[in-house]
Amino acid sequence: MAAVPAPRPRLGRLERPALTGVLVREVVNFSSYWRSSTFSSTVEPTIYLLAFGFGFGSLVSRVGGFRYVEFVGTGTVATAVLFSSAFPAMFGTFVKYQFQRTYDAILAAPVDTEELVTAEALWIATRAGVYGCVPMLVAMAFGLDPSWGMLVVPLIAWIAGFGWACFGITIAGFASSFENFNYVVSAVLTPLFLVAGTFFPISALPRWAQILAEINPLHHCVELVRHAVFGFHGWTDVARVGALLAFGVLLWRLAIYAMERKLID
Amino acid sequence: MLGFRLPNESKAARAQCGVVPQLDNLDVTLTVAQNLLVFTHLYRIGRAERAEAIERALRMANLVERRDTRVDKLSGGMRRRLLIARALVHRPRLVLLDEPTVGLDPQVRQELWALIDALRSEGTTILMSTHYIEEAQRLADTVLIMSHGQAVATGPPAELVLKHAGHEVLEVYGTPARLAEVESEAGAAGMRTRRTGTSISILGVDGNGYPIEGERRPANLEDVFVLLTGEEIG
Repeated sequence: MAAVPAPRPRLGRLERPALTGVLVREVVNFSSYWRSSTFSSTVEPTIYLLAFGFGFGSLVSRVGGFRYVEFVGTGTVATAVLFSSAFPAMFGTFVKYQFQRTYDAILAAPVDTEELVTAEALWIATRAGVYGCVPMLVAMAFGLDPSWGMLVVPLIAWIAGFGWACFGITIAGFASSFENFNYVVSAVLTPLFLVAGTFFPISALPRWAQILAEINPLHHCVELVRHAVFGFHGWTDVARVGALLAFGVLLWRLAIYAMERKLID
Repeated sequence: MLGFRLPNESKAARAQCGVVPQLDNLDVTLTVAQNLLVFTHLYRIGRAERAEAIERALRMANLVERRDTRVDKLSGGMRRRLLIARALVHRPRLVLLDEPTVGLDPQVRQELWALIDALRSEGTTILMSTHYIEEAQRLADTVLIMSHGQAVATGPPAELVLKHAGHEVLEVYGTPARLAEVESEAGAAGMRTRRTGTSISILGVDGNGYPIEGERRPANLEDVFVLLTGEEIG
């Protein structure tokens, strides 16, 4: 093998070939498990819709001015985003770091931690952008009327998914064992999940919970999706997009910090 | 490293290295070819050369027939060969091998030796760690013996053997008491010895008639290793 006279391209930060390399790995892997993950992300929101739609729906016909199936059908988009981003990010990152040692292999290639984390988050966000729409499509089968605004729902789901993916990677970066995730799921994700306005409007909650909801990225996602489908609320929604973007950028840097600490000794 | 300044140019250096880790970190649900494909991307091989790079790696690792087999269906030896092939897709100038044959059958180990030797004969620099001394003696141009993180000797294996253990070694078997006796006698005569488990090896008994009965054998690198790093692992 003749020594290849290497052209020396500038190797800087966040290079496209490095991001592509990590993404290709995810896409190729996805081809081996897409059936199960598509199944669970389709069946899960359907069950929520059926359980809440028919269960609550028989008690309450209208919530916050919407038919209940419309209310839940749009709300569970955020749930699907959370479930297809924060959870895979937490568990996937930990497994790839701790058990499969995938990250050792990737970082031996010309890929830096920053690029690795960014590419992983982009990939999870993209999946969340797609899977996030499933509840809405299911709800359409149950009577949600189509609207033009629905076309931006994948984008909203993508932005929120990026933030939650970075959140999950951050948690995995700080966690020393799988058991640590229990604290996060119980103390952080479950409360945020419940005070997001998914299944009932937060106006029904006490004042302190309403304030808490306003700093809950999941709530912003719920509201944005609902407004995309039924009509935007001007500046309030711009602020919500801003909040989601800020959440994403903050957690992105935090995830890189956490993983650099963990992967580079 | 390879003329790159570390850590600032570590990424450029990594682009020209191939790393074979001791612990298998292949993607087990993917096929052999898919694993290689992923690494052609990670190592930035252009679209036009990708297919050829994969073929070449498959041929080198003798895995052409297994290209579409999922990794979790491969034998341990095949997985190890794939792990090496994966580190070669981009024709690295330097290959780092971390104990590549640990835990493998002798047959599989010999297969890997052939692969490593082929790579060496093509002019690739190989840095390999191993605790199988025989492997180091067979494969290495230069050996560096480490003890507790310190380099204690370095040189071509044959030179090291000659310098520290001479041409021949006399191996004496007997009861533990007899071995202790032989050991102290040899020590008194100014000979170097090492324990070989069930026997005592007296080093450097070249030609001259050492007055004890035993089996003569050529000195080897393991003698040197034990001599220099101590009989017991601290």
